[in-house]
Amino acid sequence: MVQRTTDVEVLKEIARKVRIDLLNALHRAKSGHTGGSLSSVDILVTLYFSELRHNPKNPRWEDRDRFILSKGHGVPALYAVLAHAGYFPRQELMTLRRPGSRLQGHPEYDLDIGIEASTGSLGHGLSAANGIALAAKIDGKNIRVYVLLSDGELQEGATWEAITTSSYRKLDNLCAIVDRNRFQNDGAMSEIKDIEPVPDKWRAFGWEVEVLEGHDIASLISAFERAKKTKGKPFVIIANTTKGKGVSIFENKGHYHGVAPNDEEIKTALNELLKDKNPGLSLEKLTGKELRLELDKLFGASRI
Amino acid sequence: MSRSKMSDFVVDEVTEDAYIREAYGRTLVDLGRRYPELVVLDADLTVSTRTNLFGKEFPKRFFTMGVSEQDMMATAAGFALAGKIPFASTFAVFATGRAWEHIRQSIAFPNLNVKIVATHAGVTVGEDGATHQALEDIALMRVLPNMTVIVPADAVETEKVIRALVEHNGPAYVRLARAKFPTIFKESYEFEIGKARVLREGKDVSIFAVGIMVYEALEAAKILEKDGIGACVVNISTIKPIDVETVVKWAGITGAVITAEDHNVIGGLGGAVAEVLGEYCPTPIRRIGMKDRFGTSGDGLQLLEHFGLKAKNIVQAAHEILEFNSQKRSVVV
Repeated sequence: MVQRTTDVEVLKEIARKVRIDLLNALHRAKSGHTGGSLSSVDILVTLYFSELRHNPKNPRWEDRDRFILSKGHGVPALYAVLAHAGYFPRQELMTLRRPGSRLQGHPEYDLDIGIEASTGSLGHGLSAANGIALAAKIDGKNIRVYVLLSDGELQEGATWEAITTSSYRKLDNLCAIVDRNRFQNDGAMSEIKDIEPVPDKWRAFGWEVEVLEGHDIASLISAFERAKKTKGKPFVIIANTTKGKGVSIFENKGHYHGVAPNDEEIKTALNELLKDKNPGLSLEKLTGKELRLELDKLFGASRI
Repeated sequence: MSRSKMSDFVVDEVTEDAYIREAYGRTLVDLGRRYPELVVLDADLTVSTRTNLFGKEFPKRFFTMGVSEQDMMATAAGFALAGKIPFASTFAVFATGRAWEHIRQSIAFPNLNVKIVATHAGVTVGEDGATHQALEDIALMRVLPNMTVIVPADAVETEKVIRALVEHNGPAYVRLARAKFPTIFKESYEFEIGKARVLREGKDVSIFAVGIMVYEALEAAKILEKDGIGACVVNISTIKPIDVETVVKWAGITGAVITAEDHNVIGGLGGAVAEVLGEYCPTPIRRIGMKDRFGTSGDGLQLLEHFGLKAKNIVQAAHEILEFNSQKRSVVV
């Protein structure tokens, strides 16, 4: 089983590296979902390095906890986390979105790389998580099931079918997290089809609800602890996050929902994320292939 | 044509009609005893689909999902991810229509071991009318990669299909119906996924059929025999993967093909056979089925008559296609 930690500084440092890696992969792929990947990073890092019982060296371990990324478009963040956890080499991140790559644009079920379910079409993941949680109950297995939803996904009717099933079936081995970044593909959710009050809705559907700041790793850790202690009902964390979190030019910009960083943007992003770690680093004059070459060198280097 | 050309697993004369969904429910119960990993989900139609029989005996492995077909399909996917063998049942129109995208993304794409067994397909649903008569379900399931599509012809075959599927690893769709079907097979009938069965041989015309239309095809063959026309009747059963070898062989022998199904001729059996013939053995074909239209309320079996899905319609099509072929030959001569 992977070594877990509750050291917030350690987890924050992993999150910083994960952000760099996922942006690098997105820049190289020239497409993908930047905003919703960055908003999920701290949640995913806390899950994989503090909470989940899993073993990257034995991804088919029967007694592992399960995680399903229902918001499949955020998968660059998950791939980067899985690479850091040791499921596959970090270099493979550079194959993101290429033909034949294991790292498809949206996650494809592949236990070898730690992907527990095919997702990407919203409104599926919680149902699948329910199925796994129900199977664990039948078998008397002491495993826990985690699922990360987007807030836009709460506009899908099927999500509420699944929310009803979880509570009706009293799935206290299930913990859902909503990445509440308040943006969807077309812009701010409040201007498209508002879904508030989110916590009240989940509560009304029979869930134990905790609202927290989704980039506050200490809060996430303690919420996961409370989830484990909650009996007789499922637990949901409404994680208020910032879309594009960690890079000033992406933060709270709806535009970057489904757009990868261009040359100028990746430079800005890396300069911010590498701040204090690589004071001499300067990418300013580089563009195109030269930039990519430098980024590949940087990407492979351990100095981040 | 003589009796001797009839396959020995076909009854000489139909003596009983049976609900094929009842056969499904009973088989599930039996399999439930032998496969502890088998679980059953249903979307508020447990009495109609007969999954209630399983529920009574195995309440802990039976999941009433309520009126939530999409949730049911993706939950079944979750069970499969956890190593269970889920059977998910509801009416065909909801299973394949309402939940199609959940089946595509969460079951077919990851190639998960989920068995979708839907009842109340076709016009034999009867009085409930067009909204409840699935006439496009075969087409919807057939276009999904990884998906096996099976349409049993009677209660005997239904039981054998379900038994075969529990040992088959991968997604599958089984199309059942509401009405009683004539029991045309003896217990000695053997079902194999992907294998069509020749029920009687004949050299003049081939009738490829599924579901209740297999019975009608056999009746048609008897009538044609009196007219001196030898009809070969093949129960296709597995529409996907279709038995190309058998289809091509009998199309080649007879040079005239009729398909018969209680489904839209577009995308169903007729479409599947036409694809095979077009590619491997171009042969004149007539498709008996729903001619790109919706159904209507009425007595289920009388609707077969209403929509031209009876033996006499197959007979008529046989005469037409033989006439067409003879004219074509005379033109060539």
